[in-house]
Amino acid sequence: MIRSHVLICGGTGCTSSGSGKIQAALEEQLKAKGLDEEVKIVVTGCFGLCAVGPIMIVYPEGTFYSMVKPEDVPEIVEEHLLKGRPVQRLIYSEHHDAIEEKVNSLADTTFYKKQKRVALRNCGMINPEVIDEYIAMDGYQALGKVLTEMTPDDVIKCILDSGLRGRGGGGFPTGRKWMFAQAQPKGKKYVVCNADEGDPGAFMDRSILEGDPHAVLEAMAIAGYAIGADEGYIYVRAEYPIAIHRLEVAIKQAREYGLLGNDIFGTGFNFDIQLRFGAGAFVCGEETALLTSIEGNRGEPRPRPPFPAVKGLFGKPTIINNVETYANIAQIILNGPEWFASMGTEKSKGTKVFALGGKITNTGLVEIPMGTTLREVVEQIGGGIPNGKKFKAAQTGGPSGGCIPESLYDTPIDYDSLIAIGSMMGSGGLIVMDEDTCMVDIARFFLDFTVDESCGKCAPCRIGTRRLLEILDKIIAGNGTLEDIDKLEELCYYIKSASLCGLGQTAPNPVLSTLKYFRHEYEAHVVDKKCPAGVCKNLLSYVIIEDKCKGCTACSRVCPVGAISGAVKTPHVIDTAKCIKCGACIEKCKFDAIVKQ
Amino acid sequence: MKSLAELAAIRDKMKDKVAIRDSESGTRIVVGMATCGIAAGARPVLAQFVEEVANAGLSDTITVTQTGCIGICQYEPVVEVYEAGKDKVTYVKMDVDKAKRVFAEHIQGGRIVTEYTMDNK
Repeated sequence: MIRSHVLICGGTGCTSSGSGKIQAALEEQLKAKGLDEEVKIVVTGCFGLCAVGPIMIVYPEGTFYSMVKPEDVPEIVEEHLLKGRPVQRLIYSEHHDAIEEKVNSLADTTFYKKQKRVALRNCGMINPEVIDEYIAMDGYQALGKVLTEMTPDDVIKCILDSGLRGRGGGGFPTGRKWMFAQAQPKGKKYVVCNADEGDPGAFMDRSILEGDPHAVLEAMAIAGYAIGADEGYIYVRAEYPIAIHRLEVAIKQAREYGLLGNDIFGTGFNFDIQLRFGAGAFVCGEETALLTSIEGNRGEPRPRPPFPAVKGLFGKPTIINNVETYANIAQIILNGPEWFASMGTEKSKGTKVFALGGKITNTGLVEIPMGTTLREVVEQIGGGIPNGKKFKAAQTGGPSGGCIPESLYDTPIDYDSLIAIGSMMGSGGLIVMDEDTCMVDIARFFLDFTVDESCGKCAPCRIGTRRLLEILDKIIAGNGTLEDIDKLEELCYYIKSASLCGLGQTAPNPVLSTLKYFRHEYEAHVVDKKCPAGVCKNLLSYVIIEDKCKGCTACSRVCPVGAISGAVKTPHVIDTAKCIKCGACIEKCKFDAIVKQ
Repeated sequence: MKSLAELAAIRDKMKDKVAIRDSESGTRIVVGMATCGIAAGARPVLAQFVEEVANAGLSDTITVTQTGCIGICQYEPVVEVYEAGKDKVTYVKMDVDKAKRVFAEHIQGGRIVTEYTMDNK
């Protein structure tokens, strides 16, 4: 008889911090103590609080353990599972005004309290490799309802009324997309899932695929019924091995149960899904390039119109939606469009998943109602910025998005507000930057990425982004002029208006938004030849403050290029011509005598 | 799958099995399982409650869990019953037969088995 469930996170974050070893240790210990008949181990998808992984939750108490190590397992088994005394030292704690508070249950953490989990509702709750657990959470009920009680028109109306917009970044109304595809003449049509998540720092889709793969399969079948398609493709990056494995398991189980295949629920509706793996090209996340890649060709975008809803995969009408969009569908069908539309803002309904990264305490995955302010996300859910540093900006939308400065900290996060301030929702990466971040360097980082990832088909993107990068490099090297800044800005607009696909059209955004809000930093680089944040190596030099230096020689011994000289017990000097600005001396100095200027 | 009924059957069968992960569900039966409790025979008592709940198909509303020593070692095995909106009831010196009776009369019948409770000792 099972009396307790131990949930272990098997998402990519916790797997890489060693949750597999914990599972093995737990199995061994439970056997040794004869508890293996009473305690069940459930490997789940991502809980979201990746920063404190590996995560373990013990039910029925709901005790939330964080940063569990394999050597902690015997104590957990002996104390908690055998004797019923939760291991206090492993329970997650939060710091409020320097007071440490133990938080016994996951639901009680500040991280979870402000969240509203719709797309992630099963992540961290069920074992994604057991279809029965998904069914227990009302899985495939929506597909059953659609096939037996609703016409395709009803389904599309329901999705339209809910106000759901594409979660991949563009924000196009999902119901409208489906309506266009349905309106095409009967015949072969396709349903495609875009799981080619490529923005640096984004892992929302991976977590959904790893934690709740059936939600995507069910939604694709619903979409197939709505538009009259019998075949679906999931295009997933090959760099997501766990997600691919769980999708394969899920598809196999769904086929065995007859939830994919022919004559589903005896209604005569047929639908099946295949996987296609991306080889790591960022541009393949662009819908037309993705379709070209599925067709077996080199992943290059094609002009729109015709839109995929008219002429898509293999020239047939196709709908293509993002993973997170699909993860909302079954919930909308079951709870009704009004329920979904009751969350969020006027034009952005529902919730959005964000991957929090950068200079933030709770690195991880959160789902918030649309309209939550950036400040709430960073300060409350994200736990603020570590080491008492000051918030400088947040970057949303990855290489296509922009920076949001502190003056706009209270901006509600929804599609239209973000566009209005020169950023975009994007797929959901949210990178937080503190006062030590150089905005020119950030713009360069994203440009470097786009230059690498440009497919090369159209000149504005292929050549234009390269030129942008060269100008940025010149500024960072300290050789920039004010004319360069103007040139940079002008070129951005040319690239935006002349590029063929979304990648090129949005590639200048990181430059434009940093120019808009942090122009003074660009000017400091070219006029004063200084990097205010102290990041750009060419613009700063390392100096020893004479008064503070005790002549301990620690710095001169650690310097890899022998740039520091001076006799014992007398102040040392750095030869700036030899110095490679590696920073090793600063770390070594006990007297804070070395500074960057 | 040829019908919705099949899906519903799987769901109903599985719902009980995942209900344990909903920490807000109604009644909680807590068995003291420290060294003192185990030595006095708490393990079979716990097993009995787990079995009774499962047999009655009530695992979505009742959870059986364990706790440490509450300090009344001479009265072990101790079982506490928490019901929403009611006072906690503490049963002492429990055994398998008493567990069966507490489950039938108190948990299912709603009548506290006063002869086993703390205040009667």
